[in-house]
Amino acid sequence: MEKTVNQKAWFLVLPVLVLVAFSAVIPLMTVVNYSVQDSFGNNQFFWAGLTWFEELLEDDRMWGALQRQLIFSGIILAIEIPLGILVALSMPKKGVWVSVCLVLMALPLLIPWNVVGTIWQVFGRVDIGLLGGTLAALGIDYNYTQDPFDAWITVIVMDVWHWTSLVALLAYAGLQSIPQAYYQAAKIDQASRWAVFRYIELPKMAGVLLIAVLLRFMDSFMIYTEPFVVTGGGPGSSTTFLSIDLVKMALGQFDLGPAAAFSIMYFLVILLISWVFYTVMTNLDKREGR
Amino acid sequence: MSDASPAAPGAASIPGKVTATQARATTGKRFRPSGSTVVMVLYLLFLFLPIYWLINMSFKTNAEIVSSFTLIPADPTIQNYVTIFTDPAWYMGYINSLIYVMINTVISLAVALPAAYAFSRYHFMGDKHLFFWLLTNRMAPPAVFALPFFQLYSSVGLFDTHIAVALAHCLFNVPLAVWILEGFMRGVPKEIDETAYIDGYSFGRFFVKIFMPLIASGIGVAAFFCFMFSWVELLLSRTLTADDAKPIAATMSRTQGASGIDWGVLAAAGVLTIIPGALVIYFVRNYIAKGFALGRV
Repeated sequence: MEKTVNQKAWFLVLPVLVLVAFSAVIPLMTVVNYSVQDSFGNNQFFWAGLTWFEELLEDDRMWGALQRQLIFSGIILAIEIPLGILVALSMPKKGVWVSVCLVLMALPLLIPWNVVGTIWQVFGRVDIGLLGGTLAALGIDYNYTQDPFDAWITVIVMDVWHWTSLVALLAYAGLQSIPQAYYQAAKIDQASRWAVFRYIELPKMAGVLLIAVLLRFMDSFMIYTEPFVVTGGGPGSSTTFLSIDLVKMALGQFDLGPAAAFSIMYFLVILLISWVFYTVMTNLDKREGR
Repeated sequence: MSDASPAAPGAASIPGKVTATQARATTGKRFRPSGSTVVMVLYLLFLFLPIYWLINMSFKTNAEIVSSFTLIPADPTIQNYVTIFTDPAWYMGYINSLIYVMINTVISLAVALPAAYAFSRYHFMGDKHLFFWLLTNRMAPPAVFALPFFQLYSSVGLFDTHIAVALAHCLFNVPLAVWILEGFMRGVPKEIDETAYIDGYSFGRFFVKIFMPLIASGIGVAAFFCFMFSWVELLLSRTLTADDAKPIAATMSRTQGASGIDWGVLAAAGVLTIIPGALVIYFVRNYIAKGFALGRV
């Protein structure tokens, strides 16, 4: 659509600008403020320069959390994207079952995040949970509160359970946009199922899949509630991801300076990913001629 | 060589209803993996086992939960739900959550509607940067904002009020609403605006009387997603409340910390938090992907 230049449109955007500035810019400035100061209590602050940032870069704890975070995001992407595509391809093509599947699949997406945590916390418990109980009955040694490996498995399966439907729904939306004629042409060419997927469905889904990857990466990168409820970041600090670590630092220990420096680094990474996301979005819009 | 090949050139390429239907029928058989139903059933089973277990537990007594391992409550009880609906500490959690979620949805939509219109119709100075900046707020980790929000709202005396949580959730819901609505508004041809202006409609009247009905489904979807994301969020709502506005999510997490967890009530509370989403999901089923993808797709 052709847009006209109209500077008065600013007035329409103004309420959003004021509101989001109040809830984003002011808090962010507070964070910047804390990140360059030191406090000995009593609201007395001293200029600390970049000390906190330097300390942060040498802090094993932060690097550990970042490393775990990246591994976590990597693993869940590697599972959720292919699984989501598979589920989308398995969707019924028409009829009432489409609606049924859509509604059922979307349900986990709408469950409050701490309830997701609670569900899996209960489900995985050896004494009262279906999963834990079944595994114990099968003779598998599984205890997510004691064993770091089991804790990781639980958190990953939980995230797959929670968010694969998002990938599936996006991929399904992409598949829906493929004209039937493409499939007929492939049929005439005697294309194999794999070829249809590789040369028709995958390229047509590329746009939405990219959105799915970015959304899943972003949201898994700031995951807090679900693992916090299930494992509390433990055992030890084996499932302490960036957000859990940050909240522990800021609200638990009230280490304002380091926490603020941490926040800023965290936010810069998010900003970078957002920019990639935005570029992808605008390019997609252009490609569709909107 | 082969006699009477049905795909002989010229024979099957005649476009006709019969050929098309046949083609589609065979396409369906041929290109759909026969295991698709199996995959779907397995996946849905995977999704529903944990939820089933929660529902199952919510109808059990604590004694049964801890002592025996039963797939169906041996002695179904609604006592857990009765506890929630009669204890103010529990049911006020739901009321508090609903209050701030609704305030947030109303605020988000009220400010997002005109802004989304501006983004979908006009170029103005800094529009792209502003649109991007909004996105960064949707993507911002709540953990970064927890502490500053706590201090900000404490200093202006809004700590532990519904409005504080509602405003805090605007951080990600306003950008979300703007992006979703912009996606829907782009689908409305600009000629409609122009015709209305020629007919003498003022902007306000046009927007309310003509434009909003046209994007009613978009408004519904945006409202749904604002509601949902405010409903599922815990970190900020827990940080900004102590008692008077404590959300149900925080009530649940605090109960878990106590010794001797009341599993039955916890499960019942969990089931009740799923219900709002489950009730309205049917109406937005075709837009769910669009909503989660910020109005794109």
